[in-house]
Amino acid sequence: MRAQIRTGAISKHFGKLKAVDRVDLSINEGEVFGLLGPNGAGKTTLINMLSTLSKPTEGTAIVNGFDVITQSLQVRKSIGIVFQEPSVDDLLSGRENLELHGLLYGVPRELRRKRIKELMELVDLSDRADDPVKTYSGGMRRRLEIARGLLHLPKVLFLDEPTLGLDPATREVIWNYIKSLAKRGGVTILLTTHYMEEADALCDRIAIIDHGRIVVLGTPRELKEKLGGDVVMLKGKVNLARVRKLRFVKAARKANSEVMLTIDHAARNLQALLKVTGRVENVEVRTPTLNDVFLHYTGRQIREADAEGGFFERVIRSETVRA
Amino acid sequence: MSWLKDDLRVVYAIWLREIKVWQREKSRVVGSVLTPILWLAVFGSGLSGMNVGGVGYQQFIYPGILAMSILFTSIFFGVYIIWDRKIDFLKEVLAAPASRTAVFFGKVVGGSTDAMLQATLLLVVGVFFGMHFTILQIVLAYVVLLLLSFATVSIGLGIGSQLSSPEGFSMISSFVIWPMFFLSGALYPINNLPAWLGPLVAIDPVTYGVDALRGVLLGASSFPLLLDIGVLAAFTAVMVALGGFLFSRMK
Repeated sequence: MRAQIRTGAISKHFGKLKAVDRVDLSINEGEVFGLLGPNGAGKTTLINMLSTLSKPTEGTAIVNGFDVITQSLQVRKSIGIVFQEPSVDDLLSGRENLELHGLLYGVPRELRRKRIKELMELVDLSDRADDPVKTYSGGMRRRLEIARGLLHLPKVLFLDEPTLGLDPATREVIWNYIKSLAKRGGVTILLTTHYMEEADALCDRIAIIDHGRIVVLGTPRELKEKLGGDVVMLKGKVNLARVRKLRFVKAARKANSEVMLTIDHAARNLQALLKVTGRVENVEVRTPTLNDVFLHYTGRQIREADAEGGFFERVIRSETVRA
Repeated sequence: MSWLKDDLRVVYAIWLREIKVWQREKSRVVGSVLTPILWLAVFGSGLSGMNVGGVGYQQFIYPGILAMSILFTSIFFGVYIIWDRKIDFLKEVLAAPASRTAVFFGKVVGGSTDAMLQATLLLVVGVFFGMHFTILQIVLAYVVLLLLSFATVSIGLGIGSQLSSPEGFSMISSFVIWPMFFLSGALYPINNLPAWLGPLVAIDPVTYGVDALRGVLLGASSFPLLLDIGVLAAFTAVMVALGGFLFSRMK
């Protein structure tokens, strides 16, 4: 299988801040690859470099066989992008936005018409296709943007938080379509998300990214198995050093106001553990989720790390922050 | 030649979008026509006792007011680039496999089309203020107005591409546009000016645009028409190049 996206120590610095710090990635054709991390981790910056919207400070990247620095036009023709912030024109109708996109990307008229019809049905906007976008809800805009990103049949699709602000039913529809695009259409998909269940359900492989670096990379299953055993969350005063001495405790760290332990066979060892810790306020035992993986590697909950808020706050923020 | 075809397609796409947006923003259209009517009706009538070069003051300033409204509409078009950036629509355009130059020309042609539609309305309005035109006069007036509009839209886009707030845009564009308008002789004859004012009027490119319009529409000008159009064309070429350069460096 050939690598559709390959980066070599790609970095982006904003002054002293290393937004992306020497990232090496290799993503195969037809793969759905997830970048998982809190906002500000460098996910969007990485996508901006791969889509030639911003130049890397250092390092290289190849997309669909083209160099993002020297062959940006060919890269742009190969890719579709769904941005995190809404980027459709309010005054135009949904159909007009897609028409405009088709013209900009040189999609021939007949194909354009056909694709627009198909995609409008896919994202369930056929009834509203000719209404101005300003009358759309946030979720509808999002769906329109996904349709737009797919219009010119890109080889590589970048999805920056693709289902942010969508209701569960629509999210499911979009997931299924993304999967079939990759499996049947051979489209390579790089998506960012901070929905764990999205990454779990959708991605062949995941890279957890924090402070501009890849912290860990693997299939969702591998990542969860890497933790091994069960996760025990304890609330209360716990002596970490004493806990770590226990034979069955594989890892122990502070996570927010709690202590996160990874232990072998919780059912058998929980009693022994609690003898050592003494009284605690709360105990929770579970099999590891991706959230635990994230917590394990970064010491933060991904949702708590997310300070940016939801889709609508972002719409409002984009007004004020950019002013 | 395929790149040229690609570029023309992009120019068309951007132009089409600008026209559709213009149609839908009725307030833009109404405002852009009402202001010059106010100037003609109030200012023109107030000084209607004056007779300049054989025509009434209202007729005398008509070409100047025509130029003024094209000037203001055109430069103000640049502010929409800031709005495009705010709603992130600009990102969609700048991420497309399209050259920046083609996007810029699409914007210039779009903005100028808006201005020409407005000019058409004002030519109709002119009839009610006692103007009458021949076909040739109208064609020549369009040539002059189009050059003026290309130049000013380019200035507006150049400014808009470097700024991030509409307020900043209003400030900077006012600094550019008001002197150009006041010094152009749109409101007064440019013969027999005080010594300090004469050279300033002479180096204002808009002077030649207003003079050309006055020559074409009233048959009374200070310079030969070819000189007027020559200066205006050179000014337009420089401004388009400068605007395009600033636009291509936009972040």
